Amino acid sequence: MFYREAGQFKTNYKDDQAMFPILQDRIGMLFILVIAFGIIPAFANTLVFNSIMIPFLIWSLAAIGLNILTGYCGQLSLGTGAFMGVGAYSCYKLTTIFPEVNIIVHFFLSGFFAAAIGVAFGLPSLRIKGLYLAITTLAAQFFLEWCFIRIPWLYNYNDSGAIDSTTRSLFGVTIAGASAEPMVRYYVVLCIVIFLAWIASNVIRGRIGRSWMMIRDMDIAAELMGIKPLHAKLSAFAMSSFYCGVAGSLMVFMWLGSAEVESFDINKSFLVLFMVIIGGLGSIKGCFMGAFFIFVLPIMMRALPGYLGLDVGAATMEHVTAMFIGALIIFFLIVEPHGFARLWGIGKEKLRNWPFPYG
Amino acid sequence: MKLKSLIFGVAATAVAASGTWVSAQAEELYVPNLSYRTGPFAGGGIPIANGFNDYFTMLNERDGGIGGIKVKVEECETGYNAQKGVECYEATKGNGALVYNPYSTGITLQLIPKAPEDKIPVLSMGYGLSAAAIGESFPYTFNYPTSYWSQMSSILKYIDANGGLKDKKIGFIYLDVGYGKEPIPLLEKLAPELGFKWVGFPVGVKEMQNQSSQWLNVRKEKPDWMIMWGWGAMNATAVKEAAKIRFPMDKFIGNWWAGAHADLDPVGSTGKGYLAANFSGVGADFPALQDIKKYVVDAGKSQVDPEKIGDVLYNRGLFNAVIIAEAIKAAQEKSGKKAITGEDMRDGLELFDLSDARLKELGLEGFTGAIKGSCKDHEGAGAVFIQQWTGDNWERVSDLIPPMTDVVRPLLEEAAAKFKSDKPEWKTQTCG
Repeated sequence: MFYREAGQFKTNYKDDQAMFPILQDRIGMLFILVIAFGIIPAFANTLVFNSIMIPFLIWSLAAIGLNILTGYCGQLSLGTGAFMGVGAYSCYKLTTIFPEVNIIVHFFLSGFFAAAIGVAFGLPSLRIKGLYLAITTLAAQFFLEWCFIRIPWLYNYNDSGAIDSTTRSLFGVTIAGASAEPMVRYYVVLCIVIFLAWIASNVIRGRIGRSWMMIRDMDIAAELMGIKPLHAKLSAFAMSSFYCGVAGSLMVFMWLGSAEVESFDINKSFLVLFMVIIGGLGSIKGCFMGAFFIFVLPIMMRALPGYLGLDVGAATMEHVTAMFIGALIIFFLIVEPHGFARLWGIGKEKLRNWPFPYG
Repeated sequence: MKLKSLIFGVAATAVAASGTWVSAQAEELYVPNLSYRTGPFAGGGIPIANGFNDYFTMLNERDGGIGGIKVKVEECETGYNAQKGVECYEATKGNGALVYNPYSTGITLQLIPKAPEDKIPVLSMGYGLSAAAIGESFPYTFNYPTSYWSQMSSILKYIDANGGLKDKKIGFIYLDVGYGKEPIPLLEKLAPELGFKWVGFPVGVKEMQNQSSQWLNVRKEKPDWMIMWGWGAMNATAVKEAAKIRFPMDKFIGNWWAGAHADLDPVGSTGKGYLAANFSGVGADFPALQDIKKYVVDAGKSQVDPEKIGDVLYNRGLFNAVIIAEAIKAAQEKSGKKAITGEDMRDGLELFDLSDARLKELGLEGFTGAIKGSCKDHEGAGAVFIQQWTGDNWERVSDLIPPMTDVVRPLLEEAAAKFKSDKPEWKTQTCG
């Protein structure tokens, strides 16, 4: 009843192929955009921008990247952290070599570097599958981490071994560096993430995305039907790494301000993988939900006793949060192994049938 | 579905409420304590956090705070994680934070560019970026009592005084992150000048507890001395491995993050003779620590185990609090205000002057060497001493060893210039 599609007729192909074919979805999307562009900036303080919204969007982007590879193409990867690192280090190199080029251009260029590395490490996927592939991507993770430590050229021979963000501006407004306003950085990240999410969802609906899903569902059948695994798998690796690379460069220049190799360690790969699994494999909106659950919820939980006026030790709260989030992960995966995106779908279905549920 | 809506409800409330983040009261000196009581380095983080908190609690109880107003210390858990550290920074800076003590080189590096923007100084006490000692280039960063480079020069001086440095081979085993790599430029520079050779043995964070391959190389290289830049689980493992290859313990020197009770307690008598640099006194025999016992620990206002008062890292945390308290006092005197701001605090840190007489007044006679900061000098040329592990406790075995300022200072200036070189907008100051 709340979500009835009855009466929404599609009379041409254009309507049928729309991204949001149902009116309610369009209203919902518009509502989210109004919140993201208007309401949050109007009420948020620097903490919300710097520690919640900006990282949330960046993690969502990384999760979209991994979801393309794991959720849509079925190739398990544990190298996400390292691919993010490739993006970050190449963006750092690019912006120090070509400081006059706009940083936004560098963000996207660094994605191409990450894509190239991703393709190189994706080559084994043509021969090996499943968990064995996970091991080779693990090798990518360790090898690239090693590079970030051992090749001092990558961090311009800094004594500290860290890369850092420098002040960069767009149309006269400072958008990167310590002096950039958090709201400005938020808008930059938001626009990039929305743009890339839009591209991703369209690629997935198209020929390339369908070939990924065919490879995922049954590679032999896909091959017999004329899908080249070489093209499908490597394009998934390339696009996935591109997204992770852009997320990594945003992480350094829009969020952290500086990063060492630990910022891109194996834990980050796991973090993004958990976001994808909890959010839902093969769903773009699931990436946002997963990033919210894994990244934002613990921050909110830690802040909770402060609002309630309870005096709980910082370390105690840390332990409680870890236990609670762990329990929630188990709970949700038992209730719905396909993640939040699936739960969302079920909820939508229920709203559609209400008040006369069946089935 | 019910639970889900509950969670989203809670989360939504939290988002709505974050607009009104709890702010500190006006008449208070607010000092955030970025601590780590969880994670792989909690063994070192807990005593530091306790020492830091207890000194301020003692000042509040005994003297009614500093200059008549109380100090509010708020802990924020970082888990030694740079991202969480930045999150803590953002969460606390709006409350009128006076100074940040990140206790992690990774977090310090992230806060250094933010400090001049938010006008809140960063005090990385004996860690962080060595180049921050150059006050002209880093107006908002301080690393009292000395930087890593100065410390390394003090350690080399100790070696020189105990058997000579010329034609010796020095092994340098270090945690393979920014922290461990910091002193390498100094070694490279000093080796030809002082006529010694050095070999590096990096230990990756993942191999901290498995260093057999590194120590196999040590055996091959046969260095005369070993110097260690380690932290956390790496230290105990290194001492054990050194004992295994029968490396003479009294030729093995750790830096000040590799010489705590937490590091050597698990090693016990195997590590007897191991040396470590330190700049904060060992033991609880100082009057100030007795006051802490009386006003804080016995009154049940501390989280510390009473037996651990006076441990190396407890005293380290306490010393950090002493520096802040003294700087607050200087800032209050200079600005004429009681409730100071971050900018006043920065001035106070530059005026920081901890003389031997002042140490005695504080009840910390002989705790550390005299330290005096200035606009130019943000490290204060503090001296270190060498302590030795007796098998169950630390014992001071050397006098204060001042750093080779004449050699280190130009290197620091060079490093600071390099840091600024690709940042045209970097904010500096001129010292009159």
